[in-house]
Amino acid sequence: MTGAFTLLLVFQLGGMAVTRLTGAPVPGTVVGFLLLFLGLIAVGGPGRRLHRAASTLLDNLALLFVPVAVGVVNQLPLLARDWGPLALALVVSQVLGMIATALTMKLLMSLIRRRPARGAVPETSNA
Amino acid sequence: MIEQLLHAPAFWLAATLGIYLGATRLFLASRRFALLNPVLLTVTLLAILLWLTGTPYARYESGAHLVGFLLGPATVALAIPLYQSRDLLRRTWLPLAGGLVAGSLVTVLSVVAIGHWLGLSRPVLLALAPKAVTTPIALGITAKLGGATSLVAVFTVVTGVTGATIGLAMLRLIRVHDDETAGFAMGLSGSGIGTARAFEESERMGAFGGLAVGLNGLFTAVVLPLLMHWHLLPLR
Repeated sequence: MTGAFTLLLVFQLGGMAVTRLTGAPVPGTVVGFLLLFLGLIAVGGPGRRLHRAASTLLDNLALLFVPVAVGVVNQLPLLARDWGPLALALVVSQVLGMIATALTMKLLMSLIRRRPARGAVPETSNA
Repeated sequence: MIEQLLHAPAFWLAATLGIYLGATRLFLASRRFALLNPVLLTVTLLAILLWLTGTPYARYESGAHLVGFLLGPATVALAIPLYQSRDLLRRTWLPLAGGLVAGSLVTVLSVVAIGHWLGLSRPVLLALAPKAVTTPIALGITAKLGGATSLVAVFTVVTGVTGATIGLAMLRLIRVHDDETAGFAMGLSGSGIGTARAFEESERMGAFGGLAVGLNGLFTAVVLPLLMHWHLLPLR
């Protein structure tokens, strides 16, 4: 458990080092996430301990951002003033984003399904 | 005596853990009713507690930040569920890539454009931009771009709850019936909370939701700074 946790911290620090050295405006933790993903592909998957440590953290992920979220108490005047524009921006973008995702995927899925499987004879020539 | 307790960092750490545990129990007892989201409930109760005791956020934070420190390793740990769904990714990569790029760009650009049009300030717009991204990554993005981090979790959680509540009905309305597309759309626009709702429908829908959370986090973290760099975001 301690070893697995240390490994996660090492990847986090590695990601932070990469963003520091390259000046890329990407959060270091996200680079660490990508590096670990590539590492897992290279070594063929996480061991049992890393898997357990990750599950422990991710099962309680919501708890981990509670302290930052409570910072909203300093923003209450802003929320009280701008709740209308905020709600409108949040809901409209949500509907648009969802439709864009689903319709693009639906279109590409139907393209893939129409393509005959390799080696298969198409049933109709004018499909 | 009580005054001293309220000044102890350990008190606020304990209050955060205790209230979160209680809120999670209530959420589970309500059969995961989206509006009783544990984060929303915990933050509201803690805010009321701070107000009742006259405690400034800085004092609360001096104790509770110990919990937040684990957010870094937890973000890195997101690589493990993404790795586990790599087979889904390999088999349906083209529709997933298309859905990711379209959905992510439309979400980011529309939320910033509408917010800008309605007169919201730059730090607020930068907190809104990653609102569909899973909270730990969204926090990292907004911090990096100089936005108001204290607003991020509110926006992401409200987004997730909205997605979980109206998402499936909306997808039926536009005649999306397959689990792959529905799950991916739920995860992309409602992150973890949307994915949890997708898992209630089916394992397969949930798996595609989880995949969308990981991919959207990576994609937005790279693309949002680029959009800003190229002045493609309507910011003030």
